[in-house]
Amino acid sequence: MRVAVPIFPGSNCDHDALHACGTVMGWETIPVWHQEARLPEGTELVFVPGGFSYGDYLRCGAIAALAPIMADVKRHADNGGLVLGVCNGFQILCEAQLLPGALLRNESLRFIHADVHLRVERADLPFTQAMKAGEVFRVPIAHAEGNFTLDPADLADLEARGGVAFRYCSAQGEIGEDHVPNGAMNGIAGIVNLQGNVLGMMPHPERAVDPKLGPTGGLGVFRSLAAAFSKV
Amino acid sequence: MSVAHEPAVTEPLALELGLSKDEWQVLLRLLDGRLPTYPELGVFSAMWSEHCSYKSSRIHLKNLPTEGPRVIQGPGENAGVVDIGDGWAVAFKMESHNHPSFIEPYQGAATGVGGILRDVFTMGARPLANLNSLRFGEIDAPRMKGLVKGVAAGIAGYGNCMGIPMLGGDCAFDASYNGNILVNAFTLGVLRSDKIFKGFASGIGNKMMYIGSKTGRDGIHGASMASAEFGEGSEEKRPTVQVGDPFTEKLLLEACLEIFQTDWVIGIQDMGAAGLTSSSFEMASRAGTGLEIRLDQVPMREEGMTPFELMLSESQERMLLVARPGCEEKIIAVLHKWGLDACVVGEVTDSGRFIGSWHGEPVINLPIQPLVDAAPKYDRPRQRPGYLDAVAAAPLPADLKPAEVERTLRQLLQAPTVASKRWIFEQYDGTVRSNTLLGMGRGDAGIIRVKDEAGQDTGKAVAMSSDCNSRFCYLDPFWGAAHAVAEACRNLACVGAEPIGLTDCLNYGNPEKPENMWTFEQGCLGIRQACLALDVPIVSGNVSLYNDTEGQSIFPTPMIAAVGLIEDCSGPVVLGAPDATALSKVGNRLCGASFRAAHDGIFLLGETRDELGGSEYLKLRTGKVQGACPELRLDEELRLQACVREGIRLGLIRSAHDTSEGGLVVAALESAFGANDGEGMGCQLMLTRGALRLDSLLFGETAGRIVVSVSAEAESSLATLCATHRVPFAKIGATGGARFTLAVDGQPLLDAEAAELKGLHAGALEAALG
Repeated sequence: MRVAVPIFPGSNCDHDALHACGTVMGWETIPVWHQEARLPEGTELVFVPGGFSYGDYLRCGAIAALAPIMADVKRHADNGGLVLGVCNGFQILCEAQLLPGALLRNESLRFIHADVHLRVERADLPFTQAMKAGEVFRVPIAHAEGNFTLDPADLADLEARGGVAFRYCSAQGEIGEDHVPNGAMNGIAGIVNLQGNVLGMMPHPERAVDPKLGPTGGLGVFRSLAAAFSKV
Repeated sequence: MSVAHEPAVTEPLALELGLSKDEWQVLLRLLDGRLPTYPELGVFSAMWSEHCSYKSSRIHLKNLPTEGPRVIQGPGENAGVVDIGDGWAVAFKMESHNHPSFIEPYQGAATGVGGILRDVFTMGARPLANLNSLRFGEIDAPRMKGLVKGVAAGIAGYGNCMGIPMLGGDCAFDASYNGNILVNAFTLGVLRSDKIFKGFASGIGNKMMYIGSKTGRDGIHGASMASAEFGEGSEEKRPTVQVGDPFTEKLLLEACLEIFQTDWVIGIQDMGAAGLTSSSFEMASRAGTGLEIRLDQVPMREEGMTPFELMLSESQERMLLVARPGCEEKIIAVLHKWGLDACVVGEVTDSGRFIGSWHGEPVINLPIQPLVDAAPKYDRPRQRPGYLDAVAAAPLPADLKPAEVERTLRQLLQAPTVASKRWIFEQYDGTVRSNTLLGMGRGDAGIIRVKDEAGQDTGKAVAMSSDCNSRFCYLDPFWGAAHAVAEACRNLACVGAEPIGLTDCLNYGNPEKPENMWTFEQGCLGIRQACLALDVPIVSGNVSLYNDTEGQSIFPTPMIAAVGLIEDCSGPVVLGAPDATALSKVGNRLCGASFRAAHDGIFLLGETRDELGGSEYLKLRTGKVQGACPELRLDEELRLQACVREGIRLGLIRSAHDTSEGGLVVAALESAFGANDGEGMGCQLMLTRGALRLDSLLFGETAGRIVVSVSAEAESSLATLCATHRVPFAKIGATGGARFTLAVDGQPLLDAEAAELKGLHAGALEAALG
C-alpha cells in the first residue's frame, strides 16, 4: 500500500492527503517533489492533492500539468495504476489530459467552502467499490473553480460510458440545480477515465475521514481504495 | 553611479513627508546640523511615523498587563508567544490594514492577511489559523457593498491560497465607519517553545540576507499613509497600496520553515511597514549593532529604482535575515529550490550606524540607537469628549408593546450586524490542514487541534475568538474596551477553553484631537482592568490611529482576540454530549453554540438588567447609538466563565452561546438555527419579566450572560454547578419542534415557523449586498 503525493509549488492540501492516507489509513505515504522524474518504486496510488499550484496563474492546474513528475504519473496511469486527483488535483488531471473537461470559475464567481452531499453514480470502481450505487455521502468543498464543463457531445459521451463517479445532490440524494454549489454541468462532482483507474473530484473526501474532526463521509473512498490494494 | 531626480532636502519637503517642525529640529540636532540626504529623510519620516514609532500611543500602552506564567514573548517582537505545555507554544498577533482596504479593498485586505501571516511565521511558527474582524459602514453608504465584497474576496484570496484555515471572526456595521472601514487580521501559529526566531542582527561580520520577492515601487509611504487622516483625494493614494502575491508568500513560508529546521539563521524579520527601513533598524537596534547594506544589490523589480524607494518600498513577501557564518550558500539553495530570490546585501558591524551605499557611495549614514531613542514620544493633550454626557442622558423610548415584538424581532434578525455572516465566511477555507475541531459558525470560538511534526495528535487544542462592541466603546470608552476583553474570553469559555493570552488591535481616531487621545487612554485602562480581573495578559498588538475621514472619527474600536487552551483534548471529541451515556464515559472537551437535541432544557446563566444602551434594538427604534453602556461586573464574569467551562468539561452543557448584539431572544434563536448540522430546529422560550422593561428582557444587551442547553437528566446537576459558582440561572425554555414560540409571564407573544425566521437571518446579508 504505497501512496505517492506529488507536491507542486503552491500545493496546500498535501498535508490533508498525507494525514488521511498516512495517519488515518496507515498506508505508506510518500511526498514527492514536482521536479522528481520518477514516482517511488512500487507506487500503487498517486494522490494529486489540492491547493493553488503555481498560484493558479495562467489557468488552474495548467502549469503543474507540465511538471516533470507528471510524465511519470501519466506512465503510471497508462499502466493501469490508480490516480486520484482532488480539487486542484482534479484540475491538474484535466489539464494533463488524463481526464476530459475543464473546471471553470464557480457560477457565483466566489470561492465556496461548504459541506455538500454527493451521490455515488458508479460503485464498481477501485475508488467506490466499498460504497453502493445511489449512496449519499457528505464531504466539504473548498474551491473557486469547480464548475465542471465539457462540450455537449463529449458530455453526452461521458454520461453514456458511465464516466460520472459522483454527482452533487440533496441530503436525500435528489439531483437538481439547487444542489449544485458551483454550476457544474449535470451536477458533476467527480469523473473517472474510460479505464476506471483515474478519478478526479472537486470535493475533499480526505478532509472527512478523521472521526476527531467530525463526520467521516469521505471514508467510503478510502475503504474502497483499501479493498483495491488488498487485491493487488 | 549617481541617483537621478532626487529632490533637494528642505524643511517643507520634510513636512510633506509627514515630519513635524519639532521633529525636523530634532533630526537636525541628531545630524549635528548637517542636512539629511533624501533617502535619510525617507528613513526618518518612516521610523518616526505614528505607524512605526507608536509616538502617541506608547505612554498609554505601558498600562497593558503583558506578563504571565505562560508568556514566552510579550509585545515588541513580530508576534507574541505563549506556552501551551509539553514543549509547545503558540505565536499570534492581530494587525490592521484599514486605510489600504478602504482605498483598494481586495489588495488592501489581502496584504493585511499576508502581513500578519509573515509576522507569525517569522517567529518560526507554522501558521495554522486565521481570524478577521471587520467593521463596515451602513450597507447603503456609498461604495459600501463593493467594500464588503472586495474585502471578503481579498481575505479569501490570500488566506485560501496560503492554505491557512479561517476559524472565525466578527463583522459589524455602523455609520461611524462609512468613510473608514476596519480590516483587522489575526493569525495563530504553533511552534516548539525552544525554537523561537527573533529579529536580532547580531554577530559582527555576519551577513545580512535579503530573501523573497523582488522590491518594486509599491507601497512607498504606506506607513505614513497609515499615520494621517483621510480626506478628499485619498483615492489618489492608490499607488501606496501594496499588491499581494499569496503564491510567493506560500513559497516563502515553506522555504523559511525549511531553513528554520536548521541552525543557519541568527535573526530574521519581515519587511512589513516601512519595509527595509524598519526591519533593518529594528533588528540592529535590538542587538545593539550596526549595519552596512549595499542598496544596489537589493533585488529589484524594475529599472531605475532609487535608494529612497528601496528603503521605503512596502513590496510584499520579503524578509531580512542574518545568517550564521558559512551558511549563506545553503540558505540560498533552499530559497532557489522554492523559486525565490535570496542574496547577501550587507553585513552586521560594530559601528552602531546604518550605512546604506549605492554603487560604493554611502547615501545613508545614520546612528541607529540615537535615531530609535530620539523617536518622538508624545504625551498628547487629552480631554473627555462632550458628547458622552449627552448620549448617556438621552431619554429611552417608551417600552415595546407586546404586539410589536414579532415585527421587531424580524427586523433585528435581518439587521446586517445581527444577520448570519455565512455569505462572507463561506468564501474562506475553514478546514484545510485537517485540524479544525470547531469551525466557522459552529461555536462562539474556533478550535484547532495541535499535531506534532509527524502529524500525530498532541492531545492539545487551541481556541480563539475576536470581539469588540464599538457602540459600547463609543458610549463609555473605558468600560467598552473592558467589555471587549470580557466578551472575547467569554466566547472561549463557551467552547470550553481557558484564556491564556490576548492580542489587541486598537483602532482609534486622530490622536491630535484631545478627545480621541482621552478615549484611547481610557481604552487602554479599560483593557487593563479587565485583563487583571480575568488574569490574562496582552502578548502582542497593533495600534491604528488616524481613522478619520473628513474630520469624522470612527467609534473607538479596541479589537481583542483571545486565545484559549483546552489542555486535554486527546481521544475522541464529543461535541456537546449527544447522549447521556456518552457523556458519563468521556466527558465533554469542547462545546458548540447550537442546540444538540430536542427536548433539552434551555437555561440562561447570568442576570438580565434594564440595559438598552448601545443595543441594536435601540438603534433600530431610534436610529441612534445612545444610552448608558451596559455594566460589566468583572467578578461575576470570572465566575460565569469558570462555571460554563466546568459544565462543559463535566459533560453537562450541550451548547453554549453568549448573548451579544440583538440580546437574549436572538442568542437563543441563533442556537436553534445552527442545530441539526445547520438544518435548524425550533424552540419554545418562556420568560419571566419581573420588574424589567419588556424590551430590556427580550432585546437588551446586558453582558455576562450565556444561553446553554442541557438534557433533562442534567438539569439538577446544572443547578448545583451554578450554585457552587454563585452564578444566577433560570430555565427559559426547551428545544425542539418546528416552531419558535415566545411567551412572557405566560402570555404568548409570538408563534412562528422556525425555518422561516432562520431564512430571514440567513439571507439578509446577501440580499442587502444585492
